[in-house]
Amino acid sequence: MKPFVAIGASVPGGLAAVGRLARFAVTALMRLLQPPWYPAQWLQQMLVIGWLSLPVVGLTAIFTGSALAQQIFIGGSRFNAASTVPAVTVIGVVRELGPVLGGLMVAGRVASAMAAELGTMRVTEQIDALVTLRTDPFRWLVAPRILAAVLVMPFLVLVSNALGVMGGWLLATQRLGFNSAQYLATTARYLEADDVISSLVKAGVFGFFIALMGCYHGYHSGGGAAGVGKATTNAVVSSFILILLSNLVITVIVFGS
Amino acid sequence: MTTPRIELAGVAKRFGSRQVLAGVDLAVMPGESLVIIGGSGTGKSVTLKIILGLIAPDAGSIKVDGQEVVGLNGAALDAHRARFGMLFQGGALFDSLPVWRNVSFALGGSIAARRASAVANLALVGLGADVADLKPAELSGGMQKRVALARAIAARPPIIFFDEPTAGLDPITAAVINDLIRELTTDLKITAVTITHDMHSVRTVADRVAMLHGGTIIWQGPLASLDGCDNAYVRQFITGSAHGPIRMPGAQR
Ligand SMILES: Nc1ncnc2c1ncn2[C@@H]1O[C@H](COP(=O)(O)OP(=O)(O)OP(=O)(O)O)[C@@H](O)[C@H]1O
Ligand SMILES: [Mg+2]
Repeated sequence: MKPFVAIGASVPGGLAAVGRLARFAVTALMRLLQPPWYPAQWLQQMLVIGWLSLPVVGLTAIFTGSALAQQIFIGGSRFNAASTVPAVTVIGVVRELGPVLGGLMVAGRVASAMAAELGTMRVTEQIDALVTLRTDPFRWLVAPRILAAVLVMPFLVLVSNALGVMGGWLLATQRLGFNSAQYLATTARYLEADDVISSLVKAGVFGFFIALMGCYHGYHSGGGAAGVGKATTNAVVSSFILILLSNLVITVIVFGS
Repeated sequence: MTTPRIELAGVAKRFGSRQVLAGVDLAVMPGESLVIIGGSGTGKSVTLKIILGLIAPDAGSIKVDGQEVVGLNGAALDAHRARFGMLFQGGALFDSLPVWRNVSFALGGSIAARRASAVANLALVGLGADVADLKPAELSGGMQKRVALARAIAARPPIIFFDEPTAGLDPITAAVINDLIRELTTDLKITAVTITHDMHSVRTVADRVAMLHGGTIIWQGPLASLDGCDNAYVRQFITGSAHGPIRMPGAQR
């Protein structure tokens, strides 16, 4: 009985947390709809989230795309289907690996940084100071981060997809003896608009969760350095889980039927 | 009788099992400079944050210009806060922004105008234009405190709270800051509430003094009556004696 009692006891707390999170998200989105807006903050966040994440996301995509092509080649050879490398690589990268790995890398970089920054601002009373200087922290801090992440993630995932496919192509043509033009032609033939669209939708959703988790945990950070550390950990772990879960949901909805 | 600028009645606040404020009654008149004294951890900073609506009280009423402000939200709360400037005890400077943008944060106008106003306010707290482009992290603790002070007064709000404005400053700079607060209240008719542990500050800045102890205001009166006051708690505080009714937990008798 004990485990059930424990689970039962944690349900109200869990529901309350979900409610708080939902209210936080709704507040941030509502503030995006009405002025005052702070475009300079938006641009700065886009730069921080998008431009500065490019190297990490790009390298991850190239390495993973190459490794994927190698494994498909090995697996495919057993069934005399080694020629499926370009088709399976492009589907694997664009539908799953590009957005998911891109999302996870950006979450590791950005959700942690947001939680640490907002958490420090909370514990050093900078958020209180904002309020007394007639600036809404949701407009100044939260909304720009969420907006920037949602807008910039699709762009990052496009880059991630392209580099992932390129990684596979590089490996296949340099090590596996594929003809370059044929490889690219097959890639293009098997890539469908739905794949790209679902990839971009995933990217936007992941961007939303990354910024939401970073801001939420930072904004509600507890006292001192330990509180900020805990907020940072929670932001990364929860955004990872939300990315993987929402990825599964979107995949099942788009490709499951 | 004029309406008090700020009037607290029965304000109470508990954090977990600690009853920090247990019915604070306090009034500040327009243009008056009130100094709150009291031991460390007695809830002085919490009192200011409650008035600003940064912390919700458990009970009690707070009126500003006769209007109840507890429970305000949205635009009404914004309008309430727009009347205040606040110097936070820890400075609370925005460390991502340079000094001049911190000081001019609440001001409108062109960049040049805001910068000029920031430099003018920095001069009031004894800082030169050369610090304007530095980041807060590049300043000493006392300089950060003065930048925060410049930010609190920059918009010349009608009510300003100073939480330990001279803590960590050398005696000469502290004297400049004390004179500045005095001038703001005397010349600009700004209502000021200052928290300080520094008796020199109390004597320069205060029109009236209130002492917070055990969650309530145990004594208040004009500055002139401070020295003649026979309240044992106040006497111990102003003489800075370890012997008296105020006991530190764990201290020897
Ligand atoms: N956000 C908070 N959560 C929990 N407890 C708090 C919070 N803010 C203040 N307290 C507690 O309230 C009490 C009063 O704090 P406050 O900061 O008002 O003290 P103070 O009188 O300003 O002291 P000092 O002179 O040292 O600044 C302290 O015991 C503190 O632990
Ligand atoms: Mg304090």
